[in-house]
Formats: sequence, structure tokens, C-alpha cells
Amino acid sequence: MLRDYRFKVSLMAVGVLALTGCSGGGGGGEGGTSQSSALRIVYQTTEANATMDEVMKKAKADFEAAHDGVTVNLESITGSDEDYATKLALSQRSPDTAPDVFYEDTFKIRSDVDAGYLLNLDQYLAGWDDWANFNEGAKEAGRADDGSIYAVPLGTDTRAIWYNKNVLQKAGVDVPWAPKDWNAILEAARAIKSSQPDVVPFNLYAGTGTGEGTVMQSFYQLLYGTGDTLYDDAEGKWVVGSQGFIDSLAFLQTLYQEELAVTPAEALDPNVWQMVFGQLFPEDKLGGTVEGSYSPSFWQEGGLVDWPEYGDVMGVAPFPTQNGQEPGAVSMSGGWTLAVGANTANPDLAFEFLTEVMNQENSLQYTVANSQIAVRTDVAKDPAYLDANPFVGDVSELVSVTNYRPATADYPQISTAVQEATEAVMMGKQTPAEAAAEFDAAVTDLVGAENTVQK
Amino acid sequence: MTAAEVVARDAETRRGTEQRGRGRPPRRGVLRLVPLGPAVLLLGVFLAGPILWAFYGSLTNAALTGVAAKDPQWVGLENYTELLSDPDFLQSLWLTVIFVLVSAVLGQNLLGLAIALLMTKASKAVSAVVGVCVVAAWVLPEIVAGFVAYAFFNRDGTLNQLTALFGIDGTDWLFTVPMLAVILANIWRGTAFSMMVYQAALNDVPEEITEAAMIDGAGGSKRLWYITLPMIRHSIATNLMLITLQTLSVFTLIYVMTAGGPAGASTTLPLMAYEEAFRYSDVGYGTAIAVVMLLIGAVFSIIYIRALRERKG
Repeated sequence: MLRDYRFKVSLMAVGVLALTGCSGGGGGGEGGTSQSSALRIVYQTTEANATMDEVMKKAKADFEAAHDGVTVNLESITGSDEDYATKLALSQRSPDTAPDVFYEDTFKIRSDVDAGYLLNLDQYLAGWDDWANFNEGAKEAGRADDGSIYAVPLGTDTRAIWYNKNVLQKAGVDVPWAPKDWNAILEAARAIKSSQPDVVPFNLYAGTGTGEGTVMQSFYQLLYGTGDTLYDDAEGKWVVGSQGFIDSLAFLQTLYQEELAVTPAEALDPNVWQMVFGQLFPEDKLGGTVEGSYSPSFWQEGGLVDWPEYGDVMGVAPFPTQNGQEPGAVSMSGGWTLAVGANTANPDLAFEFLTEVMNQENSLQYTVANSQIAVRTDVAKDPAYLDANPFVGDVSELVSVTNYRPATADYPQISTAVQEATEAVMMGKQTPAEAAAEFDAAVTDLVGAENTVQK
Repeated sequence: MTAAEVVARDAETRRGTEQRGRGRPPRRGVLRLVPLGPAVLLLGVFLAGPILWAFYGSLTNAALTGVAAKDPQWVGLENYTELLSDPDFLQSLWLTVIFVLVSAVLGQNLLGLAIALLMTKASKAVSAVVGVCVVAAWVLPEIVAGFVAYAFFNRDGTLNQLTALFGIDGTDWLFTVPMLAVILANIWRGTAFSMMVYQAALNDVPEEITEAAMIDGAGGSKRLWYITLPMIRHSIATNLMLITLQTLSVFTLIYVMTAGGPAGASTTLPLMAYEEAFRYSDVGYGTAIAVVMLLIGAVFSIIYIRALRERKG
């Protein structure tokens, strides 16, 4: 009896599921055109910076005033880069929830184009006069593997050494400081350690806690200065077994073993950057670190801390190559873009809103407030940009030696494998050679041996 | 579900079994099933549906971005074979088992029982104060409990400030012993549930039986072992089942305290599933981990149900 009863119940359950399944499928198709005059805009706001929110609100007001019957719905997501990317990707999985225009990290573009989330902008850009004002190099940030442009850059950034002049001078290091090679950095750091024991001499991020910060502001600066790379662009393959990888890990090992950097426990705290910008530098407790060209935005009014003296206390220097070899300095670049959703009901209107956000005035506000490097030539010439902070000239020059991440769909996992290698070395769990070998195995496992190349 | 409801349900099941035991012939007919309809419908839509969908998803290479997001492919059992050869998964599985056994089956369960037993002996005032302290952790939303535990175990946190008062240098608990920290936090948070279940169950133990045992000369430990525990065994099994399943799926508490770190040293299966699906965009692989968790939960449930049945026989 019992078995019979159970069978009946399960039969009913299956029937119910089949019914709801059918009705769900039927309802999905409609609704697309009814809100044809509404645009949904999604972007990120962080605690440290609300400029995007201000720019978007202004663009919304201007755009709605110029277009009768059009409503622009702004959706600001407050969170870390990773959380924002996840939330955006989840909303893009269904055309019903995908935004029309959104804020997109440059290193997500290639994999999101593969996923079919982004609209090809070639035909729209052809009819937009301002596009000629964009820096040719910066335009490349929005180009996918098929050669078309899918996103318009808002700004870019470079990475350099930021150092505290007070700390360096106390250690007897001449300022302005411009280390010629890796060794010069270690020598200065050791001098700081012996003269000021309570100061962190020179920090480079390591470990999975700081995520992309670990690779962009630390490991790639080292790796790309050895002559080796992570990815062979010409062959389209990932590099394994390079000496440069081992040397870069060895440099991090030296920093952490000689206690020239923060403690491993502090390094693994995802909020360590707040300590670096908010406490260590303003309190003369840190000699130097590698950080982005946007660093001044944390010290300016409305940033992480209010530190009006930063212009006099801080100095900036290009990060040197391993032995001072050509081109002498190395930098990494990223940046943010705006893109249009592939399934938008109103591609013309959506692109028009994008151009509204990107006009000279708004671009200038975004670039200055975020301490970005200008991508529009008419912004780069503007006095408001040139006077935004004392370091604009120095960090802009690094565009000539900069590198971009190989942002394929596999990149996030490979980036994590790099972070894990730095973590193992930092914590003394593995030697640089062992960690590099484990990274090679992880990459081969992820992309297949046919997509790797031995250097 | 509150503890009182659990016990009430427990008692009802017992009563139901007894009635059926008396041999009243069950009425047959389709009409008898009608009142079950809404419940079955809800379970089907909100429980069976997602489970089947998750199982289907785990057999594909669905992703959040990249080519696989546009056009997910059927990959059969590939995600599962990959799991079995993934050292991270095996470590995560082991950590999950430790977390469940130590923090739920041993920690919450025994501590909850001990407090409930002691409270039957304690004065009203003492038991009220203890009850409020224990239940406070349970009342907090999980995210708040997570922050409280983080603030307690953090390197500049309450615990290290307390040990500093006695001149002992604390360690960075979340970094050096992350599993111990999250296990202690989960015991702190979950003990109230077991305590309430056992309090209600102990109230149901008839005093005359205990008194009879006392007259027969049974000491405290013997009374506990031969009288009290057998009489509340249904509550024990139900409680174990509920706290096991609940602990198996703890995510927020660990995520807030350690985010699975350092170097994956506190990554239990829910955190690994989240990381694979949302950080590495590999939804298919993450879903496969979720299905494995479902199976582990089912195995635990079957063990408890079996244990209950055998004792009855």
C-alpha cells in the first residue's frame, strides 16, 4: 500500500513540475517591447569613490530633458570589483534582466564578448564624431578577438612606485628616488629597516587576499620586467616554465623573509590596501609600495583619508626592470569602460546615452575625480586635468612602457593560480621553483597542454 | 522551525505510530490525497524543481562568462570525475566533515544537552540568565553573528585584548587556526537550538519513572544513561538531523570570518561551490559541488533515520 501511495505522490509531483515548466516557458517571450522608452543603466559605486554616481545622475537629467518620454533608470551597485562583476554577469544571463548600458572592467571584455553579453559598436562609433578624440591606444581596450570594438574606455591607469620622502630621507636615500633595478629597491628597503625598525620598508602585495591587486600591483610588475610574460600574444598560448616567473617569486620571497614587507597575516587581509593608503603612508610608517596612478584619489578630499600634504610627502618613480635592461621601466594598465547590452531593445537610444555620459565635460569630471589617465585628447589637454594632482605628468608617461593583462575567459582562474603561487612563497610553504612548477601544472590543467608554450 | 515545534512534531509522530499500531484499517481512495495537494505542489515547485535543475546544471559546462555562457554544452559526468581528482575538493570535503562532526554533532549537541540537563537542576534565576545568554547568539542574524565572531577572533579583537590583560600574547586566530575559530563560532551560534530542543524533551520525561529508578537505587549517571537518554532518543535523532543539515550548509558565518582562507584552510564545500561558480564563473562545476553536498546530507539523514528505526524494533 505504502509503495503505491508514494508512487502516486511522485507522479503528482512530476505532473506539477511539467505544468509549471510549460507555463514558465510560455511567459518568457513577451514583455520585451512594452518598455521601449526606458533604459536600465548599471554601474559600480565604491565607498571610496562616488564619482560615477554623480556623473550618471547628471547624464540622466540631461538625457531625459533632451528626449521626451524616455526614462533612464540608474542602478548603482555598491561593492568590490569582484562582487560587482558577479552581480553584473548574473543579471546578463537572462535578456529580461540584462542592463542596456553598463560599467565594465576592461579585463572582462573579451570573455563577456565570447558570452554574447556585449553589443558590437562598430556601426555606432562610425557615426559618432567624438570617437576621433579618443587616444588610439586606449581604443584598443574595447577591441575583442574578432577585431570589432565592443566597449568605450572611460579612463585608464598605470602603476608605479609610490614612496614616502620622509621615510627615505631618514634612511639616507636621496630623493627624488629612481631605483635602477630590483637590487636598488632591496638596498633602499634594507636601509630603511636598519634606520627605522617600526616602519614597513617596501611592500608588494602577495596572496589571494588582495585578488587582482596582488598580480597587477606586484607580481606582473616583476614578471614583465624580466623579459618574460604570462601569455604569448603572437602564438596565443600561456607561458610555462619561465625563469622570469621563478625570479619574480624569489623577489617576493626576499621581501617577506627579510620582513621588508607587511606580515603575511596582514597581506592576506583583503583590506590591507586601506591600511597602506589610510594609515601607513600618512603616518610615515611605510617606505614605498607599487600602486596605481589613481592613488591620489584616496588622499584627496572626499577620498579614503583627508591628507592635504600628500603632494609634498609622496613621490612617484617608475618600477624598474629586473637588471635595468631596456626599456628601463615597466607598468601595468587596466581601466573601466561603458558597454551596451547585446539584447537591448533600443540599441540606438542606449548608445546615445553612452555618448552622453562620455562627453567631454563628464569625461573630465570622471577622469579628474578618479585620478585616471585621460583617454580623450581633449580631456588630456584640459588645465583642470593637468592640475588635478602633482603626479599626473609622471604617471601618464608610463603609458609608453605599459602592459595589459591577457584577458581571455580563462584569465580569472589563471590569475588565481598566480596569486596562490605568491601566497605559498610568502608563507614559506614552497620555494619559488616549487610554486612555479605547481603554477605550470595548474595552467596546463586549466587550458590544456596544447595551449601552453615552454619558455 | 522552533524547538517546541520539533518536539511537538516528534510527539505527534509517536502518537501516529501508536494509532496505526492498533491496527485501524486505513481508508483508501484518491479523495484522501486531496488535502496533500498544496503541500506536494509547493514541495515540487520549490524543492524538487531546483534540485532536478541543479542536477541537470551539474552535467553541463554552464558558465557566467566566456563561450560556455552563451552555449552551455552537455558534458555528462565530467564535472564529477574532475571533482574526484581535484585535491582542493578532497580537502574541502574533509574540512566539511570535520566542521559538521566537531561543531554540530559533538559541540552543539553535547553542549546543548549538558546545559539543558543542568538547567533542570538550577534555580529559576540562574537558568533564566543562562538561557538568555545562550539564546542571544541564536537570535542574531547570521551575518551579524559572523561579524561578532570576526571582531572576537581578529588579531586586534576582543579575545586577544582579554589575553593581553593577563600578559599573554594572543595569536592571529583567523590566520593560524581558522578551522578552530569557525568551529567555536558555530558552536557558540548553534548551541541554543539543541538546548531548546532538549529542554522541551526533558520536560516530557515523566518524573515518576525517574523517581522509581531512584528508589531502585540508580545513581545520577545511571538514571541519565538508562532512563533519560532512551526516553528522549527521538528528540536526539531529530535534533542531530536538523543541526547536521544546518551546519552542512553554513556559508555566511565562515565567509564573513575567513572567506575560506588563508590558502583554503577553512574552505568548506558551500564556500568552494560559491567560489567555483561565482568567482571563477564555472557554474556547472559549482553546481556539481552543491549536488555532492545534497548527497552528503541525504547520507546523514538516512543514518539517523535508520538508527531511530532500529532502536524502535
